[in-house]
Amino acid sequence: MKAAEDSIVTTAVDEFLAWGKEHSLFYLLFATACCGIELMQTGGPRYDVDRLGMIPRATPRQSDLMIVAGTITHKMASRVRTLWEQMTEPRWVVSMGSCANSGGPFSKWSYSVLNGVDKYIPVDVYIPGCPPRPEALIDGVMALRERVRRYRTLGIRDRDPYVVAGHEAPFGSHPGKEREATR
Amino acid sequence: MSSDLLIENQHGERMRLSMGPQHPATHGVLRLLIDSDGEVVSRAVPDQGYLHRAIEKIGECVEWAQFVPYTDRIDYVCAMNANLAYCVAVEALLNSDPATAVRVPRRAECLRVIVAELNRISSHLIAVGAMAMDLGAYTPFLHGLAQREAVNDIFEKLCGQRLTYNYVTIGGVAFDLYPGAEQEIASFLDRFEEEFRRFNQLITNNRIFRERCAGVAPVSAEEAIAWGLVGPNLRASGVDWDIRRDEPYGIYGELGVRVPVGRGYAGARGRVGDCYDRYVVRLLEIEESVRLIREALRLLPPKADKPSDPLGGHQADVGKQLRKPPRGEVRVRTEAPRGEMGYVIVSDGGKQPYRVRCRTGSFSAVGIFEHLMRGIFLADIVTIIGSFDIVVPEIDR
Amino acid sequence: MSALPFSELAARIRARFPAVAERMSENRQPWLLVPAADLLAVCQLCRDDPELDFASLCDLTGWDLLRYPAQPPSDAIVVAYYLHSLRHRHHLTLKALAPRACCTLPSVSAIWPAAIAFEREVYDLLGVQFSGHPRLTRILLPEDWEGHPLRKDYAYPAAYHGVPHARAGQWFEDGPARAPAGAAPPAGGAA
Repeated sequence: MKAAEDSIVTTAVDEFLAWGKEHSLFYLLFATACCGIELMQTGGPRYDVDRLGMIPRATPRQSDLMIVAGTITHKMASRVRTLWEQMTEPRWVVSMGSCANSGGPFSKWSYSVLNGVDKYIPVDVYIPGCPPRPEALIDGVMALRERVRRYRTLGIRDRDPYVVAGHEAPFGSHPGKEREATR
Repeated sequence: MSSDLLIENQHGERMRLSMGPQHPATHGVLRLLIDSDGEVVSRAVPDQGYLHRAIEKIGECVEWAQFVPYTDRIDYVCAMNANLAYCVAVEALLNSDPATAVRVPRRAECLRVIVAELNRISSHLIAVGAMAMDLGAYTPFLHGLAQREAVNDIFEKLCGQRLTYNYVTIGGVAFDLYPGAEQEIASFLDRFEEEFRRFNQLITNNRIFRERCAGVAPVSAEEAIAWGLVGPNLRASGVDWDIRRDEPYGIYGELGVRVPVGRGYAGARGRVGDCYDRYVVRLLEIEESVRLIREALRLLPPKADKPSDPLGGHQADVGKQLRKPPRGEVRVRTEAPRGEMGYVIVSDGGKQPYRVRCRTGSFSAVGIFEHLMRGIFLADIVTIIGSFDIVVPEIDR
Repeated sequence: MSALPFSELAARIRARFPAVAERMSENRQPWLLVPAADLLAVCQLCRDDPELDFASLCDLTGWDLLRYPAQPPSDAIVVAYYLHSLRHRHHLTLKALAPRACCTLPSVSAIWPAAIAFEREVYDLLGVQFSGHPRLTRILLPEDWEGHPLRKDYAYPAAYHGVPHARAGQWFEDGPARAPAGAAPPAGGAA
């Protein structure tokens, strides 16, 4: 992929497309459990993610972003994979909440919970919390927007997952913010 | 995987449709397998279990008090009521032996009613708002969410969480009220009543909404009882039964709960126990909850200046009792927003429960779906799912 | 229109079915032990007798007695029926034992349709077969799941459809994860 990056001249069109994608991240209305309520409230009147260009879509074929909100069980996991495969490239995945990250409170004693959705689909942003606050979700989305901006045709994209409030990023700061500051 | 094919044409006439598990109108990950003949549904079979998280098994692995956070996740839309149901059941187990009896402080009992009824309001707001959203009216849902945020603010100041509270504990509540909470709750109620009137103007008397719900899937009282419906779904069929009034726990016996029942509110085309009745009964319960909170605030005993009790007077000390609870079993029922939340708790005298069983309202509501969804229109399925107010982890646990 | 105490409820049922036994749990909760052969007839009587009038089945559940310190020790599965009369406002608990070797009980779903879902759940999680049930399939777990998890001797599965149950050392790799043993996870994969 490195070679392709070197040999292809990126143009303003590519940047323009990325800019457009960044500001219209349509997300799949996909909620399994508790985090789904927080996802709904994030789309609700107070947090209002519509202002970020995020509009819920009922079908995976129209969405760019899958927010895995809630526990994924073994029975559900293959359906999540199917949904992810139905989304068109470039597609992005945010794992919201401890259950989707790692099985959360169910990881130890539950026989039926999948311990982390990343066993089935690749995850771009992890958001810890049980459930995460809407602010944390927005924080993760802002970090994701930075990746969407760096996305280039031919599938050149960041591969390492980003963790909200991970040790390299104190809570409330994300790569986008730092970039704004150094501009 | 043949039954999982999205559309399976059978001789060009009958069609099998898989609705869910990812579908915006199934309120989570419920799946319905629908056999339809054109627009008419000949059979719809619910397929649940996509969110079976083994919470009952976890109950056997953790200690008595450690299970309280898991009850939050059984029903996250009304986590306070879910906490309360388990704690009341464990207290009943402890009280069945005089040696381990526990007396919940009166202030904690009042606080429990306040938080449980506040959460009932916010839960019913999601229920009626989501039902309206499923029928194509997005605005009432947003109004409901705005009010829910106000309740969440109060809870967040009270216990630090917006959704999964872990507030009600065995023997009391985790925290006392924060300074100024009583005024804040009272002013929220005043504001809420006004907003609630606006909500009703917006949707309840809306003609399109009413026509889509009136006479759809009526459940007679006998059917509702036989199929094990509980809570608002049972009352909408005209059965006058509310556990808060008829088998009171806590201080509900003193509050004089008034119980609304379904009467065919939709007018000429409505029938008792139809979708509109189930909707209206929830609205009437919201009004009743507002009254109960005011009543409980009035009954709330003053906070001790310097509590003689090291636990602050809102929590009984149950540490010793929970290390050696009595052996045996109890079954306790409480009234959650989605109806009876009944716990069967079996104890072998150890530090962990031997068996925790949670009986929930959504589980039996899904049980009746196959019976109701025959010979109706495809679009009415959404109305029925919305009107029963199912929450998927309550079905699957 | 009058609630009957447990002793009178029990007497009414035992007059017709002498094999039904009155029992008391350790914390003094009374219940009736019904032999499997009489279960259907007792339930029918409970629903149809106007003095009993148990029109609603509040709950139907069960538990495994394998580890319970009961006297005498038993390895049977208890199935408990919690009945309630909305007219008379009284309660009754019936229990039936399904031995582990031949784990079968008659289904009461023809008497209370609410039992259709409850019995499927008990079958799914505890493995009790209900004869005469209209559709006794798994309700919560996938059809191809092995074992009945709420039994006390249930062993947790190591993997389901090739996806290991444990968290450690697993990550996504272009498809459902099948990690080679001993491989190190990539950076950030197991965040």
